[in-house]
Amino acid sequence: MVHYLCKRILMLLPLMLGITLITFVVIHLAPGEPVEMQMAMNPKVSAKARERMREFYGLDKPLHIQYANWLGRLAHMDFGRSFAPDNRPVIDKIKERLPITISLNLVALIIEFGLAIPIGIMAAVNRDSLLDKGITIFVFLGFAVPTFWLALLLMYLFGVKLNWLPISGLHSLGSEQWGALQRFWDMMKHLVLPLAIASFGSLAGLSRFMRSTMLEVIGQDYITTARAKGLNERTVILRHGLRNALLPVITLLGFSLPGLIGGSVIFETIYAIPGMGQLFYMGVMARDYPLVMGILVIGAGLTLVGNLLADIAYAFADPRIRTGKN
Amino acid sequence: MNRWWALCLLTIASLLGCVAESDHPRATSNSGPPAYGDNLIVGTIGEPSNLIPILASDSASHDVAGLIYNGLLKYDKNLQLVGDLAESWQISKDGLTITFHLRKGIKWHDGVEFSSRDVMYTYRVTIDPKTPTAYAEDFKQVKSASAPDPYTFRVTYDKPFAPALASWGMNILPSHLLEGKDITKSPLSRKPVGTGPFRFKEWIAGQRVVLDANRDYFEGRPYIDHYTYRIIPDNSTMYMELKAGGIDMMGLTPVQYQRQTNSKDFLVRFSKYRYPSSSYVYLGFNLRHPLFSDKRIRQAITAAINKDEIIHGALLGMGQTAHGPFKPGTWADNPGQKDIPYDPSLSIKLLAEAGWQMNSDGKLIKNGKPFQFTILTNQGNDVRLKTAQIIQQRLKRIGIEVKIRVVEWASLLSQFIDKGNFEALVMGWTITPDPDLFDVWHSSKTGPKELNFVGYKNQEVDRLIEQGRSTFDQEKRKQCYYRIQEILVEDQPYSFLYVPDALPVVSSRFKGIEPAPAGISYNLIKWYVPKVEQAH
Repeated sequence: MVHYLCKRILMLLPLMLGITLITFVVIHLAPGEPVEMQMAMNPKVSAKARERMREFYGLDKPLHIQYANWLGRLAHMDFGRSFAPDNRPVIDKIKERLPITISLNLVALIIEFGLAIPIGIMAAVNRDSLLDKGITIFVFLGFAVPTFWLALLLMYLFGVKLNWLPISGLHSLGSEQWGALQRFWDMMKHLVLPLAIASFGSLAGLSRFMRSTMLEVIGQDYITTARAKGLNERTVILRHGLRNALLPVITLLGFSLPGLIGGSVIFETIYAIPGMGQLFYMGVMARDYPLVMGILVIGAGLTLVGNLLADIAYAFADPRIRTGKN
Repeated sequence: MNRWWALCLLTIASLLGCVAESDHPRATSNSGPPAYGDNLIVGTIGEPSNLIPILASDSASHDVAGLIYNGLLKYDKNLQLVGDLAESWQISKDGLTITFHLRKGIKWHDGVEFSSRDVMYTYRVTIDPKTPTAYAEDFKQVKSASAPDPYTFRVTYDKPFAPALASWGMNILPSHLLEGKDITKSPLSRKPVGTGPFRFKEWIAGQRVVLDANRDYFEGRPYIDHYTYRIIPDNSTMYMELKAGGIDMMGLTPVQYQRQTNSKDFLVRFSKYRYPSSSYVYLGFNLRHPLFSDKRIRQAITAAINKDEIIHGALLGMGQTAHGPFKPGTWADNPGQKDIPYDPSLSIKLLAEAGWQMNSDGKLIKNGKPFQFTILTNQGNDVRLKTAQIIQQRLKRIGIEVKIRVVEWASLLSQFIDKGNFEALVMGWTITPDPDLFDVWHSSKTGPKELNFVGYKNQEVDRLIEQGRSTFDQEKRKQCYYRIQEILVEDQPYSFLYVPDALPVVSSRFKGIEPAPAGISYNLIKWYVPKVEQAH
């Protein structure tokens, strides 16, 4: 087991290096430069000023040297400074947005799984019934409706017409003077709509997946055996069925780990939530290389760790993987 | 018992009264006298990037910084230069030296006194090669600068340089907080200290920037106590926030102005304003391209475009036709100047003169080749795309086939404009208050990455531009610019299309707003909310 783990962890290093190299090349292949984005079409900028800016950001050096410099800094866990005019450390920019995105995604993930699993089980158990079809229609509706459109409609209904919920942002103005409980309640009210929209959209895939694995399990011999033993249906489904059906779903959960730091641009833009999606999008649009690279590296790192965790979990569950013998 | 009932009724009545009042403040109270207090919440799409203005080039940063800092000079409501931190200024007879006499007793927000040292620092840091700024160019024309005493600042130029005055509208930075430090790493970029009407309070990343009134402001304490800049990246969301009372001010789109904000309820709660913005949109031709090297072709295209139709279709009427590079209503613009009128028969005649004949399919042919070209425009600007589409339809009628290609901004610049790799494009320019045209129209600015990317070269225009920027005499400058407009109409390097209107909307509890050529924000410190209507 230790041997297996070491091997896996060692393999991560060249993989990570490869990822950074490819992303670095790809982002530099995109036409345009950060200096261009800031200075183009500005009558007051001379060619000299432009050159100075390029020097300032180190863009005048050949690409491989830029990469080496960047990698050298990364080795000290220094993500560099953003190429945006604020010139702030990339890590600060990520840090101020990461907690919001992670907590939002975490809650959304819990809601998604918490809803999708029972929905999937119900659909599987009552296969082809009216309930199953109703659920299918409902979840596919969520899948098919454009998020931004639904978001705007809900905003108009609950925010403008009924005035029950705030429309956008995270806090009410002046909330910093309130007590902790009131502040928390205020934030919850701000999060109702974004969370509802975020989870509604991804309910379809997950619940369909749950339904199909559950159906597969229900068809197995041991379920028939369990039923033959005279167990009641509830025990059969929840204890013998669900446990087995959950395994692939848990793998899926492992894969959602990197998704936790990625935000959705559309949804963050509509609800004016300062999250990672917006940060990344603006970084790409402005060709802010250090910022984009920083976010990608963290994302890639999390993906690798997520895969590793999933593999380890597998190894625990399945001795064949652990020993490498088939 | 009777009295008891009467009291109950009275209470209910007064409660109802209260409710009605808070819902529709205007319905029950007329505007009271100016009062201090309240919070003006302004919606913005973009977040400021850096509140040290010389380091930022985005409008959000400059909007906020403009309230925190002052320049030596500023533009008044009629877009004329007046003193700001400088009480007065003198230009020497030869036009080479400008002496600024600074106001005395102005304090930075941290209490330190403002002096010519701050001006000197701002000048030096701006031209410092280590400072990554976009604003060094005008200051580099300065031959020498001196601060003979704390309230005098003097600059000398090699030759008279008219845009110099406008360049001293640059926000002055506090030397006592920055001198000797690396300005790019200064905490002031997120916690600025200025001399302006509002002082910085807090900046919550991605959410809002909050400013408080500067009670000691040298032009008087602003009536509004707080100014909040709320970042809402989506226009539809912002509009709903406006309707729900989450923000007090935003810029409307033409559709919102014309179609969605005319209900009685809305007009009671908000005041809409409309005035020409400082920008224009044009169809630019690549003059190096053989197709457009003949000016008759360009004239023909302008004659084939119905500008009023574009304004009606793309802007719902919220704009006016452009006939040159100056803002209508400013001194440099000749209101009598006429552009080539909409006249398709004239275009066909001009094109025939240039050798283009219409074939039986209604297409223009010369030497067996059809007349076709591509209009480029940047992604994310719906109005420009619609403009291009309307032009496409019009040109089709005179036999020209136009394709439209929408390109992301970064690619548009690096792959097409910088390489001169385009035929025509629909783009816009901001019109600066100083009418100097050097960077966009002078023939020396046609190099790669320079702004005369259409490649316009006209010796007379060059001479007039140089003449116009080398005198401070507005009458003389005006003559130069009037003549330039005539030449541009003849040459048609662009088809000047329209000047869109700015369409701000402000909650009607704010009084004292007086629209002027400069817009509405110039007298922000005089805006107020009567005591009874204050909401925050």
